[in-house]
Amino acid sequence: MTLGTPRARSRPQADPDSDLLARVRAGEELAFVELVARHRGTMLRLARLHVASTAVAEEVVQDTWVAVLRGLPGFEGRSTFRTWLLQILLNRARSTGVREHRSIAVGDARPAVDPARFDANGAWSTPPRHWEEEIGERLDARALASQLRSGLDGLPERQREVVMLRDVDGLSSHEVCSALDISEANQRVLLHRGRSRLRAALEAEVGTP
Amino acid sequence: MSPLLSRKPLMCQEVVELVTDYLEDALPRRRRRRFDAHLAGCEHCTEYLRQMRETIRLTGTLTDEDLTPEMREEFGELFRKMRAEEER
Repeated sequence: MTLGTPRARSRPQADPDSDLLARVRAGEELAFVELVARHRGTMLRLARLHVASTAVAEEVVQDTWVAVLRGLPGFEGRSTFRTWLLQILLNRARSTGVREHRSIAVGDARPAVDPARFDANGAWSTPPRHWEEEIGERLDARALASQLRSGLDGLPERQREVVMLRDVDGLSSHEVCSALDISEANQRVLLHRGRSRLRAALEAEVGTP
Repeated sequence: MSPLLSRKPLMCQEVVELVTDYLEDALPRRRRRRFDAHLAGCEHCTEYLRQMRETIRLTGTLTDEDLTPEMREEFGELFRKMRAEEER
């Protein structure tokens, strides 16, 4: 260790799960069920990346909660609860996993925006129409959610995985890269294509220019 | 890249492909400056960037389905079982 260089120490972060955790530790069953509900989607999605079926992913999630309850007395909060939880989940999913290693399909090289919307110099000829307020007015929350969901469903698998984990589950790029075993650069390419297509889907719903 | 090339202004069609790297703070400093310079003079790309941000925000409002009553019961039972094990 070098003198004078302060050791990198992560700032204590507010853990959004700490209230529920305290109640779980106090033996409150409902708090545990809430905790399960809160993380279920993310856990299933992550597990599903490594195992052959949704049924197996469900088992991995279940096993993870058993391990979490056993390990909880030793959990000191050095990371957030979710980071700890997802680590346990991923270890289990990986050791259970029989899913063949899929190559990263960065192959879908569609541009973010239809090239016909630019002139020969690459400047907008059909620019995006302003939607900021419009989108809230034209689409009620439910229509919007269903549009986004079908947009997500229509994405190639890897793009969907990355967009879901980043933008729905709120994982960091680092977490997503390690969960998927891909590089930061690949992750960005997948994220870019996925998000670009979702934007286009919303634009189509709001009304093409 | 030659200095001459790197001074060429970015075109809109390039900008829309760099948006994610921009938002992820993954653009090299010089490229980021050129990106910012383009935005400053292009309302359409500014709108495009706003729409990408809005898309991300809206995607973040999606929520998973809640647990079914059966699942709630199942996990409740798991919790009780584990507690009982501990106390033994």
